[in-house]
Amino acid sequence: MKKIARDIYTNRTWLLMVLPGTIWLLIFAYLPMFGQVLAFKKFRIDPDGFFASVINSEWVGFDNFKYLFSTDDAWIITRNTLVYNTIFIVLGLVFAVATAILLSEMLSKKLSKFYQTSILFPHFISWVIGSYFVFTFLSADYGLLNYILEWFNIDPVAWYSEPKYWPFIIVFMSLWKGVGYGSIVYLASIVGIDRTYYEAAMIDGASKWNQIKNITIPMLKPLMIILTIMNIGKIFNSDFGLFYQVPRDSGALYSVTNVIDTFVYRGLMNLGDIGMSTAAGLYQSVVGFVLVIITNYIVRKIDEESALF
Amino acid sequence: MKTMGKKYRDPQRLHPVVNIIVTVLLGILAIACIFPFIYVVIISLTSEQSIVKNGFQLIPEAWSSDAYQYLWSMRGQLFRSYGVSIFVTVVGTAISVLMITFYAYAISRPQFQYRRFFTMLAFFTMLFSGGLVPMYIVVTQFLELKDTVWALILPLTMNAFYIIIMRTFFMKSVSESILESARIDGASEWRIFFQIIFPLSLPGIATIALFSTLGYWNDWFQALLYINDPNLVPLQSLLMKIEANLEFMRENMDVANMQQSLFSTIPQESAKMAMVVIATLPIAVSYPFFQKYFISGLTIGGVKE
Repeated sequence: MKKIARDIYTNRTWLLMVLPGTIWLLIFAYLPMFGQVLAFKKFRIDPDGFFASVINSEWVGFDNFKYLFSTDDAWIITRNTLVYNTIFIVLGLVFAVATAILLSEMLSKKLSKFYQTSILFPHFISWVIGSYFVFTFLSADYGLLNYILEWFNIDPVAWYSEPKYWPFIIVFMSLWKGVGYGSIVYLASIVGIDRTYYEAAMIDGASKWNQIKNITIPMLKPLMIILTIMNIGKIFNSDFGLFYQVPRDSGALYSVTNVIDTFVYRGLMNLGDIGMSTAAGLYQSVVGFVLVIITNYIVRKIDEESALF
Repeated sequence: MKTMGKKYRDPQRLHPVVNIIVTVLLGILAIACIFPFIYVVIISLTSEQSIVKNGFQLIPEAWSSDAYQYLWSMRGQLFRSYGVSIFVTVVGTAISVLMITFYAYAISRPQFQYRRFFTMLAFFTMLFSGGLVPMYIVVTQFLELKDTVWALILPLTMNAFYIIIMRTFFMKSVSESILESARIDGASEWRIFFQIIFPLSLPGIATIALFSTLGYWNDWFQALLYINDPNLVPLQSLLMKIEANLEFMRENMDVANMQQSLFSTIPQESAKMAMVVIATLPIAVSYPFFQKYFISGLTIGGVKE
C-alpha cells in the first residue's frame, strides 16, 4: 500500500499530464462502450440520471438484434457498406498509385507541384460543400448534366430520385475526394526511393516502363499492402457525409445509399429507436473489432514493422 | 551530354510525347478537383433570371452580385454562424493540442512507470468504438450538453490516432540527454515541457493543430446531432439546411419589407452558391499556405515507433 502511494507520488507529474486526457477517454470513449449494453435493453429515461437510465432499462436479451436482422435493412446496409468499401479500396489504390507515379515522372516539376496542390484540395472540403458541388451538376432544373443531355436531345434525368445512377456517383465522389490524399502519401514514398536503383537500371538500358514495373512498384508494395489491409480493417465503417450529404438524404435513393452508419443515425434521430440502432452500432463495432484484429495479425505475418500492435 | 548528339535522350526522363499525354491526363484530373469550386463562384455571380432561364451556365448570360447583396442584408445570422465556427475552431484546437501533447508526452517518457497502461487506454479506443447511439446518450443525458457550444467542441477534442502519432514524434525528436542536463540544472518537468519540449516539437504540434483546425472548421456532424438553437449553428451546418435557413433568415430580418423592394426576385439559387463560396473561402485562401505543412505532416510519424 505504501509502495503504491510512493509510486504515485514519484509519477505525479506524469499522472497530472495524462489526467485531462484520461478523463476525456473515460467519458467520451469508455462510457459509450459501457452504453453499448443498451443493445440488449429497452431504453427508458430514468429521472435519476444517466447510469440509472442505462441500468434500470428493461433487459430484453437479443430482441433488438432479432428485430434488426428480421428486416431487409440489415442485409441492404451490410451489402452496401461492404460492396462500396471494397470498390473504394481497389479503385482508390489503383488511382492513387498511378497518379503518384505519373506525378513523379512528369518533366515539369513546377506543373507537378501545381497539380498536387489541386488534387489535394477536395480533401479539405467538407461533404456539405461537396454536396453543393454535386448539386451544381445534378440539379434537375438547372444542373450542368441535364443541360448537356438537352444539348444532345436526351430527356433530362431526375438525378436525386433515380437510384440506378448512384453507385457510380458515390464511387466517383469518393475517388474525387480521396485520390489526392492517397497519391500524396505514395508520392512521398516514391521521392524517398534511392536514386541509385534507377541509375543502375538506366545503365542496364531499362526503359522507363521497366523501371516503373521493376523498381517503383516493388518499392511501393509494402506501403500498398499495409494501407490496404488497414482499410480492410475499416471496411465496416463508412464515410457518413458521402452517403448522407451527397445524395441530399433523398429517400428514393436509400436502397443504394443506406450504409450502417446512416442507418444507425436515422434509427436514432428519425425513428428514435434507441434499442435497434444501438444493436446495429454494436454489430458494426464488434465486426469492425474482429476485422482489425485479423488484419493486424496478417500484417504482422507479412511485415512485423508495419503492424499496428 | 551534348557531344552525344541531338538524338540522345536521357532514359531517366519521359519521352516528350509520353510526357505530353501524362501532363494532359493529370491536368484533367487537377482541373476536375478544383473546377467545382470555380463553377460555384460563377453561379453565385449569375443573375437569378439567367439561372431560371438557362440553368447553371459556365458563362452566364447576365452577371449579378445580387446574391452577395442579399446575403449581406441578412448578415446577422451569417456573422453569428461565422463567429460560432471560429470560436469552436480556435478554442477546440487549443484544448485539443494541449490535451493531446500532454498525454502523448507523458506516455513517451521512459520514466513514467504507468506509460504502458495509459498507452493501452488510448490505443484500445482505436480498435473498439462505443458507437453513435451510446455517445449521443452520454452527451445529451449524462453531460447534458445539448444546445451548448461544448457539444461542438468536446466530442472531437481527443483522438487516439493523434496521440499515438505525437507519442512517436516525441520519442523520435526529443533526446533523453537534453532532458537529463535540464534535470541536473534543477528544472521541473513542467518547465522542461514548456521551455524545451514545446519549442523543440513545434513541427509535430503544428501538424496536430492543423488537423484539428480543419476537423473543427469542417465539422457539421456534431451540430446535426446536438444543436437546434439557431444562435449556435456553425457555418457548415447553416449551409446544410440552407433552403430552410434562407427562409428563416429572411423572416428574422427586421428590414424584410425594405427587402422586397430592393430585389425584384429573391436570388434563391445564386444565394445558396454564394453561401458555399463564403464558407469555402477561408480554406481556399489559406490552403496554398498550409498545404505544404500538411504534406510534411503526413510523414512525421509512422504510427509505430
